[in-house]
Amino acid sequence: MTENLIDVDESMPTNMVEEYLRMDRMPHIWCPGCGIGTTVNCFANALDQSKLDLQKVAIVSGIGCTGRVAGYVNLDSFHTTHGRAIPFATGLKLANPELKVVVYSGDGDLTAIGGNHFIHAARRNVDMTVILINNFIYGMTGGQVAPTTPVYATASTTPHGNFENPFNLPYLAASCGAVYVARWTAYHVRHVTKAIKEALLKKGFSFVEILAPCPTLYSRRNKLGDGLDQMIYYKENSEVKNDVDTKTVGLDFQGKIIVGKFVDKDQQTYLDIMNDYYSVKFGDKYTPYKG
Amino acid sequence: MREVRLMKGNEAAAEAAIRAGCDAYFGYPITPQSEIIEYLSDQGRKRGMIVMQVESEVAAINMIYGAAGAGARTMSSSSSPGVSLMQEGLSYIAAAELPCLLININRGGPGLGTIQPSQGDYFQSVKGGGHGDYHLIVFAPASVQEMADYVYLGFDLADKYRNPVLLLADGALGQMMEKVIFPEYDPKQHKIPKPWATTGKPAARPPNVVTSLHLQSEEMEKINFRLQKKYRKIEKNEVRYELISTDDAEYLLIAYGLTARICQRVVEIARQQGLKVGLMRPISLYPFPYEILNKLADQVLGILDVEMNAGQMVEDVRLGVNGKIPVNFYGRMGGIIPTPEEILQTLQKMMKTVDVKEKV
Repeated sequence: MTENLIDVDESMPTNMVEEYLRMDRMPHIWCPGCGIGTTVNCFANALDQSKLDLQKVAIVSGIGCTGRVAGYVNLDSFHTTHGRAIPFATGLKLANPELKVVVYSGDGDLTAIGGNHFIHAARRNVDMTVILINNFIYGMTGGQVAPTTPVYATASTTPHGNFENPFNLPYLAASCGAVYVARWTAYHVRHVTKAIKEALLKKGFSFVEILAPCPTLYSRRNKLGDGLDQMIYYKENSEVKNDVDTKTVGLDFQGKIIVGKFVDKDQQTYLDIMNDYYSVKFGDKYTPYKG
Repeated sequence: MREVRLMKGNEAAAEAAIRAGCDAYFGYPITPQSEIIEYLSDQGRKRGMIVMQVESEVAAINMIYGAAGAGARTMSSSSSPGVSLMQEGLSYIAAAELPCLLININRGGPGLGTIQPSQGDYFQSVKGGGHGDYHLIVFAPASVQEMADYVYLGFDLADKYRNPVLLLADGALGQMMEKVIFPEYDPKQHKIPKPWATTGKPAARPPNVVTSLHLQSEEMEKINFRLQKKYRKIEKNEVRYELISTDDAEYLLIAYGLTARICQRVVEIARQQGLKVGLMRPISLYPFPYEILNKLADQVLGILDVEMNAGQMVEDVRLGVNGKIPVNFYGRMGGIIPTPEEILQTLQKMMKTVDVKEKV
């Protein structure tokens, strides 16, 4: 335990999100100004509002700064192989369909090494919520370029600027079949909370992208100021466009950010389709799979 | 041009790769080796190399497969979990007999493990981490200088034998700074013709086919015999090791890479105390220096093998010694580096038991 540096009034009510966090693990490892902690706060609020039975929620992370989330929330959690959070979550969900499975990981983890798994889980419409924190860079390994790094931005492996096209993640998720797709930034705490809540309550592959500042690596390398400066950038440059065609929401270096709920549709999940398919195929001989 | 620099091991390997005429590097970030791709992203690109940070280690090793097939000098680097991901590709590259260089800056495992130094990947490196009967040529540098030296040699031997070469170092060697001398090296003098490469078929020659698929068992066995013949040649020609104070040694330490550096200090302290201790440092882990080890076993009373793992190379040491004398093992794991003092203590303990055996 760390020493208390300030007097704590024991009679004060504790922060409501504390019960959703593993306070024994605090302080967390995230840098001052990092946006990941803000999103975890939103996640805790969203869990609270969703009224989900916490005994039936599991959280899966990959590797990296955002990959640490699974270790800080007071749920059964899994810290998996780099990039493989989604296949792990798929196995978890199919083995125990009663669970609400949340994947909480970063852009590098889910869309570089994990990109293949991301598109296939969306294609199959496996019932899970994927929360992707996009900080445009590999944070944990020291600031290397990511598949989300905007053109012109510098990283430790693009010291003279990036020339590769980044992913437009809402477009990727939507085109592969995600039933819920939203993008917000760490500035939009209420919208993030609402989006995560909606995603949690949605049946099927739901996807929430949250842009978050990485002052230590992305902002510093690109001379964009500290975490607060990025928040101001998000505030001044975000434009809410619900239901807009995801083709149009790609991100440029420090350009306009289109945020909003882009996709919200109902579609049968992998297990429902499977059970229906075999019920038709085998009739009464088939016992639907319930885990 | 010859040049003297002060560099990290990772940077020295990267600089040597550029000087050795590496055409293409494909890699993925992982601690503690990211300096290699970072150095190349700046210096390599400026000096005409293809340097790509790709989407995974699986992509990297297969891009190497392609580039090597096209006749390029090509390489990648990673650390333990990333190297595990490359094993499938390495088996294919070895089967297709293509040259390439891979650097593993070993960290503690298993699983995601730690980012601290380890030698836990010995088995994976020398016994074939992928499937099938194949070998990588494996060198274990023990200094920043050797991190550079074995990059040049690695590329040359890869081309010579049409075989992947692996440099097995660890997080400490990758991160520590030392003086390094880059020798005169003209890649043009070293790059040999690759008539087998898939460079586009001229009318006059039959197609060059890069493959590892041979569905006829007879054909597959023939290729295995050919590979094995090559490995015997490598075992004959490419054994490398260093002997320190072994001439009059009664007890022998065996260690590679970082632990060999530590054991060198153990030898110094032991000698000051009047103990006749020597050190054998295998530099090539495949091919392993069995022969010299067997000779040394006739001279010394006992051997202490020191590794940063649970005892992996010690199996090869025991094969080399072939039961002639006791072989003891001391190891630390999970990113812990042993100190000279703890090794010396173990050595002294071992000397007592060995002496007793001799008297009996």
